[in-house]
Amino acid sequence: METLTNNFEKKKKLPPISIILSGVFLLIIITWVIFPSVFAPNALALDIKNTKLPAGSEGHLLGTDALGRDVAKMLIAGSSSAMIGPVCIAAGSLIIGLLLGSIAGWFGGFLDKIISAYADLTLSMPSLLLAIVAAAIIGGGYWINVLVMIVLYSPFDIRLVRSAVIQQKSKPYIESTRMFRLNSFRILAVHIFPNIAMVVMVNFFLNIAYGLMSMSSLSFLGLGVGPKEADWGRQIADGRELLTQNPAVALSAGIVIILTAVSINLIGSYLLERSGVDE
Amino acid sequence: MLTSKLKYIFTRLLECLVSLVFLSFIIFSLLYLAPGDPAKSLVGVKHATPELLAKIHAQYHLDDPFLSQYGRWVKNALSLDFGNSIKAGYPVVDYVAPHAAITFELVGLTLLLSVIIGVWLGVVSARNKGKILDKAIDLSSLAGTSMPGFALGLVLLYVFSYQLGIFPMYGIGDKSNPLDVLWHLTLPAITLTIGDAAMLIKITRSAMLKEVSGDYTVFMRARALPTSKIIRAQLKNASPPILTSTGLFLASLFGANVLVENVFSIPGLGQLLTSSVTFGDVPVVQFIALMLAVLICLTSALVDILVYLLNPNTHQLSQSTKI
Repeated sequence: METLTNNFEKKKKLPPISIILSGVFLLIIITWVIFPSVFAPNALALDIKNTKLPAGSEGHLLGTDALGRDVAKMLIAGSSSAMIGPVCIAAGSLIIGLLLGSIAGWFGGFLDKIISAYADLTLSMPSLLLAIVAAAIIGGGYWINVLVMIVLYSPFDIRLVRSAVIQQKSKPYIESTRMFRLNSFRILAVHIFPNIAMVVMVNFFLNIAYGLMSMSSLSFLGLGVGPKEADWGRQIADGRELLTQNPAVALSAGIVIILTAVSINLIGSYLLERSGVDE
Repeated sequence: MLTSKLKYIFTRLLECLVSLVFLSFIIFSLLYLAPGDPAKSLVGVKHATPELLAKIHAQYHLDDPFLSQYGRWVKNALSLDFGNSIKAGYPVVDYVAPHAAITFELVGLTLLLSVIIGVWLGVVSARNKGKILDKAIDLSSLAGTSMPGFALGLVLLYVFSYQLGIFPMYGIGDKSNPLDVLWHLTLPAITLTIGDAAMLIKITRSAMLKEVSGDYTVFMRARALPTSKIIRAQLKNASPPILTSTGLFLASLFGANVLVENVFSIPGLGQLLTSSVTFGDVPVVQFIALMLAVLICLTSALVDILVYLLNPNTHQLSQSTKI
């Protein structure tokens, strides 16, 4: 009873200021991703005469990099490379998680054992190290990294969906659908999925933040996008060499990555709290 | 009682061994997953003449069946023979050892810092549940977990080394002076600690919250025992999840370490791994991967055994209800 009234009171309140700020920040990033050419036309245009200008130079709010490119524009242009990959990782991992997780949880038995063993083994290994080694062997590249990350991220989604399905499976409403002999796919899709959708969606959201961290880490190590493309991780690696001439190159990218990841996490854990699910 | 303990230790170590066999198989296959002739990966593409390739084929028994090659590799690995580094030209173990020493020092320092800070702030947070202090710690630990180490490291490097001049900029300083090396490793260790401690704070907090509301806490309070004594008792009971997750963090710490070493130009395992990966120095990559796999598997097994020995009752409750 107490929790019920608590939840009710919570819903009437406005979200805390940190959540609102995070939301606004993410909206800005999203508009950058969708309309890069509006905010940063010709971001990749070189200007050999004006290289390594410090921040605050005329016409260049954040200065220019070693190739004379405007840092502020590079930051905006780099947003799509920074965000699209992680969204694909989260989506791919979600699809695999839903598929294998519900198979393992619903049917149990031998299939469950195999799928769970795969998930346990992958989860126990340091994913970033694996990704670095895998990138080296397969040859690296942005979309290959996305695929590797999906493989490494999916075990967590599989476990999440599996345990949620097992939890729902034993409840009376599912027992009754079984009495009607509905087929498994229908029960899963129509009856179980709506009950686990919230947890799964929050996890999808949080995975975007982890994906951003992993993908930009790989780009930072030179295992991601090509050398001249706009990308936040890449920008930090390049800017590290220019720390004394124009610190804004690396710092701006570093701060934007940190703020984006923190914002996504703040909103994600807020949503998780609101949905009433314990971690 | 003793036999059940031994049985648990034995099964846990066996589990560790099984996953190591599996991992070593994957690590060995690295050489064959890379495109092209493995002999070429071993001598490096530049020097590959047909005679040399034939010699390498004979030397490494590359024409034998895959499984017997794997068997030979494992046998050599057990006597710490991983062949020569392609880049350096001398035995892999000698080449990797000095890098490993630096990384272990950095990781050790980080673990020490994050356990102290993480457990301390976790306890403070649990004891002030719902107050401003708790919320502030919660918010900052959430921020800490979601900051990528290399981005944070770069910001710290700029502020504390370049602008304020408190810490040295790059490298590890004078290798013959352990204190100087430690001083150079401090800011990287702080960078790693911010992410690591944040997770420990969360886990300590939730483990302590269970203890704070426990009956024995109420009784100890009623007997007016000193707070330090109560906290000690609570921490002992809350220790299993804290220990387990500290062991688990070791794995992710080695991943984060790769990036932080690259930010601060520390010639440790992480930098060696990335440079060997780009150079295609397969024996070095294999050795580093296997060494970390052994380390991570053993640590998690040892932590599990330690948790079990500290509190064997939790494992037995399910078997016998009479206690």
